[in-house]
Amino acid sequence: MRELKNLAKRLLEEGTVKVVIGYEEGPVGVRPVFVTRPADAEKLVFNSRCVQNLAAYLSRRRGHIARLGKSAIVVKGCDARAVAGLIRESQLKREDVVVIGMRCGGVALRPSDEGPLTPETVADRCSGCESREPKLADHLLGELPPAPPKATRMFELMAQIERMPVAERFRFWAEQFERCMRCNACREVCPMCFCERCIQDKSQPQWIETSPHARGNLSWHFTHAMHLAGRCSSCDECQRACPAGLPLGLLNRKMAEIVRNRFEYQVSDDSTVPSPIGAFKQQDPQEFIK
Amino acid sequence: MTSTGFEPKIAAFVCNWCTYTGADLAGTSRIQMATNVRIIRLPCTGRIDPLFIIKAFERGADGVIVSGCHPADCHYTAGNYHARRRFTLFNDFIEFLGIDSRRITFSWVSASEGQKWADIVNDTTARVRELGPFSGYRDLVRSGLTGGQDAGT
Ligand code: SF4
Ligand code: SF4
Ligand code: SF4
Repeated sequence: MRELKNLAKRLLEEGTVKVVIGYEEGPVGVRPVFVTRPADAEKLVFNSRCVQNLAAYLSRRRGHIARLGKSAIVVKGCDARAVAGLIRESQLKREDVVVIGMRCGGVALRPSDEGPLTPETVADRCSGCESREPKLADHLLGELPPAPPKATRMFELMAQIERMPVAERFRFWAEQFERCMRCNACREVCPMCFCERCIQDKSQPQWIETSPHARGNLSWHFTHAMHLAGRCSSCDECQRACPAGLPLGLLNRKMAEIVRNRFEYQVSDDSTVPSPIGAFKQQDPQEFIK
Repeated sequence: MTSTGFEPKIAAFVCNWCTYTGADLAGTSRIQMATNVRIIRLPCTGRIDPLFIIKAFERGADGVIVSGCHPADCHYTAGNYHARRRFTLFNDFIEFLGIDSRRITFSWVSASEGQKWADIVNDTTARVRELGPFSGYRDLVRSGLTGGQDAGT
């Protein structure tokens, strides 16, 4: 942690960056902090409660951060995938950000969860994580901690849905989506939702009904998953932000699995690999097309 | 027509250059085909957002056809290749959301394939008739999950 504070202090003092986006202890758990003065680098922390994916602050939609000047950002391996995604999709130039990668032993479900990680308290995305040491990093800090315990909730729910007949699945999702109040927290928190104008907000024509009922909600969640295909960094921030407790991670995981099976593409923190949507091969599978 | 009397409504999203012209040929050649299909013409399959398909079901369709130029024949060179990637994801994903992918036909129909278009129309109509009405959205209305708003049918 000393290493992190010292590095942040040095980057600010030297003027390499104007702001360091990282984590600090807040009144109810760890929260994001934007450090602009070298002395404030002391506030920075990194631990298993640093759940948030801060890459969302690099997106152009959060222009107020960009206006502070060049930034450095503290990332875990999973967050680095989102930073790479922004670079891959021309939302950010690699040279415009200093990436401080943290070797990671997993995080909790919530930034306020104290205590050691257990299969009940560990975040879903940490199960079997292969990116605990981010590759997209200008600085790589810390010792590699032991691998986190594995949560199985998400796999179990996924298996349960896959066992359902198709009509029952429609019903399952309708009941889930029925609770959605269209607060858009899932969109606002998403690092890869960077459209300046979301299709959900368009009213002429209105493709997605805005009133919160199961029908429009199905269109919205379908669209979010489609638009995030091959882009979602599986940070589960959407699911964590959702006040209604929708299992949004399932939709994104399913889509990631499809992208992997169909196009042999895995979202990684290598920004030089082109996105699977926006590229194509003449020999792409088409057995379902008559 | 079956004994239930159910006649499916089928929305067809087709590209202007190949399939629409193919469908036109089927008509001018007086090929007999099911009358269940409403054609919506778009410049290119690349313009067919998968959301259109969802919207069609939302608004009362029982089945959907999506058709355009064969690979390598796209009027805009690559629109159908891009579309194919999206449809591939869509086709696999839709089952997870609970919409039977047998309700949807994807096809490539060129301007000279009037007979193929008629076959696609007839096959899709027969298949969807067999599957019965798409009741997912209508059931939402009945169970109050749409806040009492109609299904737009
Ligand atoms: S997914 Fe991997 S890199 Fe991300 S918090 Fe969990 S263990 Fe760390
Ligand atoms: S955060 Fe939850 S309640 Fe809010 S719009 Fe997203 S899914 Fe709906
Ligand atoms: S869709 Fe959810 S899991 Fe995927 S990048 Fe956005 S916030 Fe993260």
